Amino acid sequence: MSEVKKTSLFDVHQKAGAKIIPFAGYLMPVQYSGIVDEHKKVRQNVGIFDVSHMGEFRVTGRNAEAFLDRLTVNDVKKLVPGKAHYTIMCYPDGGIVDDLLIYKFEDHFMMVVNASNIEKDYNWAKENIIDGVKIQNESDDWALIAVQGPNAIQTLQKLTKYNLNDMKQFDFIEGDLAGKKMIISATGYTGEKGFELYLKQENATHVWQEIMKAGEEFEISPIGLGARDTLRMEKKYSLYGNDIDKTTNPLEAGLGWITKLDKGDFIGKDILVKIKEEGLKRRLITFKMIDKGIPRHNYKIFKDEEEIGYVTSGTHSPILDYGIGIGYVASKYRKSGTDIVIESRRKKLKAQIVKPPFV
Amino acid sequence: MNVPKNLKYTRDHEWILVEDDIVTIGITDHAQGELGDIIFIELPEEGDTFEKGESIGTIEAVKTVADLFTPVSGEIIEINEDLEDASEKINNDAFGEGWIVKIKLSTSSELDELLTAEEYEKVIG
Repeated sequence: MSEVKKTSLFDVHQKAGAKIIPFAGYLMPVQYSGIVDEHKKVRQNVGIFDVSHMGEFRVTGRNAEAFLDRLTVNDVKKLVPGKAHYTIMCYPDGGIVDDLLIYKFEDHFMMVVNASNIEKDYNWAKENIIDGVKIQNESDDWALIAVQGPNAIQTLQKLTKYNLNDMKQFDFIEGDLAGKKMIISATGYTGEKGFELYLKQENATHVWQEIMKAGEEFEISPIGLGARDTLRMEKKYSLYGNDIDKTTNPLEAGLGWITKLDKGDFIGKDILVKIKEEGLKRRLITFKMIDKGIPRHNYKIFKDEEEIGYVTSGTHSPILDYGIGIGYVASKYRKSGTDIVIESRRKKLKAQIVKPPFV
Repeated sequence: MNVPKNLKYTRDHEWILVEDDIVTIGITDHAQGELGDIIFIELPEEGDTFEKGESIGTIEAVKTVADLFTPVSGEIIEINEDLEDASEKINNDAFGEGWIVKIKLSTSSELDELLTAEEYEKVIG
């Protein structure tokens, strides 16, 4: 493991009193005022996140589109400049390498991958590279600031001339905000309206501070990775390493909507087509706790006395004020309304499968 | 960091108030800060007896779950029932209203192994 890196906003977090932890090779703020408080601020108002640990690869060359279309499950040919999409890279056996965003620019693409997978993904992409494509790992060059919540647009609109209201989800533009050039992307991991801003490391502190000022009237707060995790769970957004990994495939993970089996060849396609034909053995479901309890990663799931699966993510929902979870169960038990039992460390707790999202 | 001088401590970040053969146990301010928002706590029953080092309950925070280990052997004579509906008292007042259980000691010699406030301050740096 290489040395632990700091993002360019590290000093800002320390001054704000953040609790800092090592995460995916970076010293990252896990919380400021507290997860519950931060979570509610994003749902009700607006929050600002430093997610500069995420990885960015630049893909150029005349065959860049063909390369990415074979590397990932979503249809890259359908992307137009100024549009991004959510997608997955699979191994030939259908297991998941990573989930990522692909951005299409006029003359190149950008892949945005999970921090914990930067090296693995970069190697995987290079192993599968074709003639006429160049890929560069630019992760160290980019800072990434997310601004999320019902007041995200109003906050950022003060700092830019572009009409942010006109931007649809997954639209992006290259332009100035707070006087600095950046990629303004209508994306996020919270389920709220919001933006992710890709910018040069040296501009991160200035832009962060300008956004904090612009958001003052909405009581904008910095949000740590702890609340980022609870926010994504309420929306059933997958987390690599928890809900998806090399042992799970995108179909059972409920990501069939981005897995375009009819688009032409891609890595993992043959086996995924076969898996679909044969029927999925298990499904990623969402459940709420009936008994008092908080489901945790790897707790077992039972139906009556039969073990039918396991929990992949769980938390206490700050909005609903009860335990919520995500997990795999045998396909025949996947229907919402099904009563299940979660085996916690001390006892078996009643829970029920529900339709996502929770909030 | 708040570490009251009149209490004893463990390396597991619990505090112990000793009053004759009755001890009151809670978790330290440092511990609640590490756990973050505490959502609820599972406690033993009054009358249960435990050996030193056994888990007597669990503390469920948003982010994680932690065992509560008893640093002494004895019988649970009182649990803090207020925590049932207000476990945030541990976050807000770890050394006061956030106390967790009272135990009647079976042997006082185990108290010698507990840390002083000065020693605990070194543990948490």
